[in-house]
Amino acid sequence: MLRYATERLASLALTLGVASLVIFAAIEIIPGDPAAYMLGLNAGPDAVEALRRELGLIENPVTRYISWVGGMLTGDFGTSYTYRVPVSELVAARAVVSVPLALYSLTLSTVIALPVGMIAASRRGSLTDLGIMGITQFGIAVPNFWFAMLLVILFSVSLRWFSAGGFPGWEAGLVAGLKALTLPAVALALPQASILSRIMRSALIETLTQDYIRTARAKGLSRRQAVINHALRNALIPVLTIIGLQFSFLLAGAIIIENVFFLPGLGRLIFQGITQRDLIVVESVVMLLVFAVVLVNFLVDLAYAATDPRLRTRR
Amino acid sequence: MCLLSVKNLNLTIDGEPILVDISFEVQKGRTFGIVGESGSGKSLTALSLMGLLPAGSRRHGNAELNGRDLFSLSEKEMCAVRGNEIGMIFQEPMTALNPVQTIGSQVAESLFVHKSMDRSEAMRMARDRLDRVELPASRFPLDLYPHELSGGQRQRVCIAMAIALRPKLLVADEPSTALDVSTQSQILRLLKSLVDEEGMSLVLITHDLAVISEMAEEVAVMREGEIVERGATATLFQKMSHAYTKKLFAATSHVPVREFGALGESLLNLKDVVREYTLPRRNLFGQPRKFRAVDGVSFTLAKRESLGLVGESGCGKTTLTRAILGLDGLQAGEIRLAGESVEAGRGLSNDLRRKMQVVFQDPYGSFNPRHKVDRLVAEPFHLSDGQLTVQEKREQVACVLGEVGLRSSDMGKYIHEFSGGQRQRIAIARALLLKPELIVLDEAVSALDVSIRAQILDLLAALQTTHGLSYLFISHDLTVVKAITDRVLVMQDGKIVESGRTPEVFEHPQHEYTRALIEAAPSIPKKR
Amino acid sequence: MRLPPVLYVGAFLSLVFLLAAFVSFFWTPFAVEKLNVAHRLRPPDPEYVFGTDHFGRDVLSMLMIGARTSIGVAVVAVGVGMAFGVPLGLVAAANRRGLADELIMRGNDLVFAFPSLLIAILITAVFGPSAVNAILAIGIFNIPVFARVSRGAALSLWTLDFILSARVSGKGTFRISTEHILPNIANLLIVQGTIQFSLGIIAEAGLSYVGLGAQPPTPSWGRMLADAQTFIFTNPRLAVLPGLAIVLMVIGLNLLGDGLRDHLDPRVRRKR
Repeated sequence: MLRYATERLASLALTLGVASLVIFAAIEIIPGDPAAYMLGLNAGPDAVEALRRELGLIENPVTRYISWVGGMLTGDFGTSYTYRVPVSELVAARAVVSVPLALYSLTLSTVIALPVGMIAASRRGSLTDLGIMGITQFGIAVPNFWFAMLLVILFSVSLRWFSAGGFPGWEAGLVAGLKALTLPAVALALPQASILSRIMRSALIETLTQDYIRTARAKGLSRRQAVINHALRNALIPVLTIIGLQFSFLLAGAIIIENVFFLPGLGRLIFQGITQRDLIVVESVVMLLVFAVVLVNFLVDLAYAATDPRLRTRR
Repeated sequence: MCLLSVKNLNLTIDGEPILVDISFEVQKGRTFGIVGESGSGKSLTALSLMGLLPAGSRRHGNAELNGRDLFSLSEKEMCAVRGNEIGMIFQEPMTALNPVQTIGSQVAESLFVHKSMDRSEAMRMARDRLDRVELPASRFPLDLYPHELSGGQRQRVCIAMAIALRPKLLVADEPSTALDVSTQSQILRLLKSLVDEEGMSLVLITHDLAVISEMAEEVAVMREGEIVERGATATLFQKMSHAYTKKLFAATSHVPVREFGALGESLLNLKDVVREYTLPRRNLFGQPRKFRAVDGVSFTLAKRESLGLVGESGCGKTTLTRAILGLDGLQAGEIRLAGESVEAGRGLSNDLRRKMQVVFQDPYGSFNPRHKVDRLVAEPFHLSDGQLTVQEKREQVACVLGEVGLRSSDMGKYIHEFSGGQRQRIAIARALLLKPELIVLDEAVSALDVSIRAQILDLLAALQTTHGLSYLFISHDLTVVKAITDRVLVMQDGKIVESGRTPEVFEHPQHEYTRALIEAAPSIPKKR
Repeated sequence: MRLPPVLYVGAFLSLVFLLAAFVSFFWTPFAVEKLNVAHRLRPPDPEYVFGTDHFGRDVLSMLMIGARTSIGVAVVAVGVGMAFGVPLGLVAAANRRGLADELIMRGNDLVFAFPSLLIAILITAVFGPSAVNAILAIGIFNIPVFARVSRGAALSLWTLDFILSARVSGKGTFRISTEHILPNIANLLIVQGTIQFSLGIIAEAGLSYVGLGAQPPTPSWGRMLADAQTFIFTNPRLAVLPGLAIVLMVIGLNLLGDGLRDHLDPRVRRKR
């Protein structure tokens, strides 16, 4: 187990290293002169020169890359050019919205999808199954931001149960905060839950055809007991993989959804960075998001090994 | 005393009749054998008894276990019978166990389901049952996972699960078919001892007449969903009043007629061949370990000779075959075909390649499902540098198809339109196309039913005579090797432990491993 | 042989949108470049079937051209993914556990760590927003998907005896890959292609919604949704119609994919 974890950890570090190189190259080398880009066409040469100095662009790229990575490792993400505050402060202020949103919708989608998938699989071919498959077919096809707009039309415009957007801040209380995140989280969770419940269904159906299920039935287990004691844990293995992969989509979805609901999260921060040409902010936040994706997949790998003994003792 | 009495069992699946009027009785403490070829309905008979039939099945008739009709029980009552009164063992031990649960808890579960007991008590009993199936605590603790066990060991775990509650009836569906010869005899011996010592009755389902004759007191012969003949094993096998039983027997011990011409000069020469694999490192800084799959093998195969290579799974015979075919390189030694060295990969000239062809075991995986037969058979033309016209190629393909007993009209069909036996004929046609000198037959008849197998063996014998072919016949099945080879090599742990003329090796085996193999192989007593 | 009914429904829906996109090259009910403020925000009537938007543009015409943008971006992105991903997957499978396999699979993991939106954001941050960048972003993300699918399917084929007998016939890995492997994974690629196509439609809509895709005045479904958000309280129709177009198109493609899979995969077909 320890060896497996070490292996995955090494692979995680490698991915992050290469990702940081790619991001650095994309932002700081390909555009030519980031200072001129950030200031736009109207900037005078003196201003550009001053910014170059301020950003340390006079150094060679290797030194800059090392100091950027070194800074991130110690929690220093540089200073935002437009806001004139450390990027880490900006990120911290925005993360308290984005991270709870991501967790909220991940929990929602998992809690909904797994039982739904199980029900569909165990009543395969029934009306319930057909209904679930129909709804998930729709759920997969719906762009989450459009679903978000429909939710706004229904719950904010017609029913007036929720506000159409904005975030009161956690100072307003846990309930008020969660309430503001509910519509966005539901919008994000619907496509995720649809995909996940379909995966859960087919994984369970596949598992139920395995020989060891027949063995379990021959022991005297009822169909239900065989599903719970033997099929579920095996079916969870592919489902876990998908949850890991889905996280990256969830994150991308969250960035867009924050725009629909005017939530002051990391997604909005990136877009502000782009419109204001604040490359320092864009660079660091993209790196952070990549880190989040890689980290979640690492955790999924560990959960995978905990579920499947064959991975632990792999020679 | 009658334990199980089945009367007029009829089964339909999706309206299609599968089993017709199956009736038999199983006595207490006895073994009842059901024998038949694939598709005869023997497995479905067992699943009918267990009430574990596929969706869309309907069964009629009755099956009384100790006077209680199993077919009239509700699903809930049946759950109480399964595992408690009837235990069942299946063919595939590799997939029959849940990969994510320890063997201990899987055996203990059999107890939990039927008896209320606490965990430690169940675990203690599971231990006892595993000891009974000869998996001692010292080497097989309860917290092992299935993937840490070999096929034979897993089958023992399955048996432990099935007998956990000492059921009165044990149903075993081809329990030893997926196993090696020596493991097979151990499993059968274990089952026999359970019947003798624990007073269980056993329903043993198999395609192997030899296994039945060694194990069962009574037997039913099945064909296409019907029992064609039934009775005490000894008398039934003596009389063979039904034509099908006779045919089955003839096919099982079939020896093709072969002409023994003078052997030619040597064709294939192996000298001290070594084939090693690098295993993954145990830890990050350790030395990579090597595994010697083939360890210093030397032998000669003459022209027009048929040479057998027998050994159990993992002995290195497949690795050796791949090396001979030039698919993998050697670490030491050399392989010569017709005087030329066989090099792996591009080093092997087309001229040399066309001298040897191969027929594999699996009649399903041996062909690209997207190509038609003409293209499948024509694949080796890749090696011929002669300028053949399309018409000439077609004629040659038609010619080899004719030789293996197929029609030239079969050229336009896809492979899924053929039966297993026909597919092996097509594979042989493909091998014959370029008139090779050596054909490597890698378990070429192992997947076939006995009657088909007999036909293919006849075909191989005839082709050898007409074309002066040499065969390297690789198999785990001693009966087949005995029937078709002149000389035989016995392989164990990467080494050839014995070689000699086939009749001599089988009559007077010198090496103890050979002796053990021959002893382990079930055999039908000679007819008097 | 009977075709699965979902195949018909899926093919019908997909064809409707393909046709609309195709027709839009020659004819739309109204020209969409011209703004007509006098007719702004008109509800549906016989003249404007789906009404007009806040610039007085005909919504039906916008939807038709939007279909063109969506389909164009998604098709090219799938093409990019297949053109690079499939060969990479085949090479990886042919050199199983070799250096090439390791490199390709690590590279795959790397791309998977960037959601396509982040790739788009990076590209936009450097080159500015455009439809081409949307194609690039979605296309790059498709590469590892196709690489993974073709590697997985090819790996199981490589263990089959017919590949061995092709090797015994002296055929090299390239020839085996093109002659035996590729035709046998083609079905799978077609099915994956329709799935990626539908994901591409959704991704394109998302990118143009946040302004990273096709730029005005080119109409696109995502852009229309972004514009509609301002009028969501007064004219929800503007927010509903483009969304419905996306959903119907994507459902059509998904059903087509499901139907094709059932139809082409003999294993599934037998089970039904």
